[in-house]
Amino acid sequence: MTVVAQERPFFDWSWVVRNVDQIWEQTLEHLSLTGFALGVGLVISILLAVLALTRPRTYEPIASVSGLLYTIPSLAVFALVAPIVGIGTFAEKFVTAEVALVSYTLLILVRNIVTGLRGVPAETKEAAVGMGYTPGQVLRQIEMPLALPVIVAGVRIATVTVVGLVTVTSLLGLGGLGFFILNGLRKSIIFPTEIIVGVLLSVLLAALLDVGLLWLGRRLAPWAKART
Amino acid sequence: MIDFLGQVVMWFMEEGRWLGPDGIVPRTVEHLWLAALPMGIAIIVATPVAVWLGHRRIGEFSVNAVVNVGRAIPSFGLLILAAVFFVRAGAGLEFWPAVVTLVALAIPPIFTNAYTAIANAPAGTVEAARGMGLTEREILWRVEVPIGEPVILAGIRISLIQVLATVPLAAVLASGGGLGQYVVRGFAQGTPGRAEVFAGAVLIAILTLVVDWLFTRVERALLPPGVRRLSDTEVRAAAAIS
Repeated sequence: MTVVAQERPFFDWSWVVRNVDQIWEQTLEHLSLTGFALGVGLVISILLAVLALTRPRTYEPIASVSGLLYTIPSLAVFALVAPIVGIGTFAEKFVTAEVALVSYTLLILVRNIVTGLRGVPAETKEAAVGMGYTPGQVLRQIEMPLALPVIVAGVRIATVTVVGLVTVTSLLGLGGLGFFILNGLRKSIIFPTEIIVGVLLSVLLAALLDVGLLWLGRRLAPWAKART
Repeated sequence: MIDFLGQVVMWFMEEGRWLGPDGIVPRTVEHLWLAALPMGIAIIVATPVAVWLGHRRIGEFSVNAVVNVGRAIPSFGLLILAAVFFVRAGAGLEFWPAVVTLVALAIPPIFTNAYTAIANAPAGTVEAARGMGLTEREILWRVEVPIGEPVILAGIRISLIQVLATVPLAAVLASGGGLGQYVVRGFAQGTPGRAEVFAGAVLIAILTLVVDWLFTRVERALLPPGVRRLSDTEVRAAAAIS
């Protein structure tokens, strides 16, 4: 890698105009990597949280393991999974990236789902049971909706975290906005425009998703407006 | 699989792997130094300001802004941007871009936790101290800081975890990045580099977990008697939200 202080313009709009299609494509890939990780993470976290609440003895191990996964650096997680899954085909790279990304969402999501479900008043649950609700119905129709604001808060944090982490998946040869960041750096003369586009769009994406989820949370749980 | 693990073992046994110039020992030292220096700077810069603002109970809005903005900026992008600025300024890529990025990354959790710790000291206790005639300085040092210490230390630990996670990314820039060098180099080689990628990842994971564990020991020693240390789960949960 040659590194020269150079006279190239710091931000070159014409590059952006010429590459609009590619920018859009990579943004979509960034979104799909993020969305997939959150979807899978949410399903696993709900199952783990329900397990932790129905069998309280499992909570400590679940919390420690997800905490451990969170402590291990993302690059190391990618690197531990990559040789096992492989990074040859797109599918292999995708799985490698998702395993790492999902493992990062677990701590945040499990914690918030458990906190949310624990916060549901016992009287409310008893009233539901008294009205003849089955345990599954209590969970789906009473506890989940009431825990929703806390769960959404967790999803927002997980989303913003994952959007940032997806930029690192470019090291695996995947797309997403990290592609521009890495590409700008790897050009024979560093090309700041590409890097700035990658970083700014990633921040913008995180902010938009955050605001979007905030709005969605308020739509789904209008009674909790004051708390979120 | 067995074959692959054999390659990993062979990697560890190569000549000069441990003590050579690119060996595990010098790389570990580099890794630790690259984490310790920014942590030191961030603690020195952020803690006094946060403690003072917390004591005066002002600036809560700016604290929230720091957290939100800090979370949205991808550390990988910030690292590369810092590198661009340093190169344009005619400086090298080796060391300082990573240090600047890591300081920026380390400040938000340290700052917000120190602020929250001091600002949320029980109002009754602070009032009682004031009623007993303690000066403002004494209230800060003898009441608010000791009570807030677990939360302040938790903030430092959160930053440490995040800094340790980002140090290896610095290997993308140049020959630095501590143990991350093995992973980045291995990835660049594709399939033949698999063993090096895996070995590097194992080393990074072990180092991070050991440093994190050592920090909990230091924490325990530093805490004043009677003040409860936050559990690992509490700290990591807080890490997730700050």
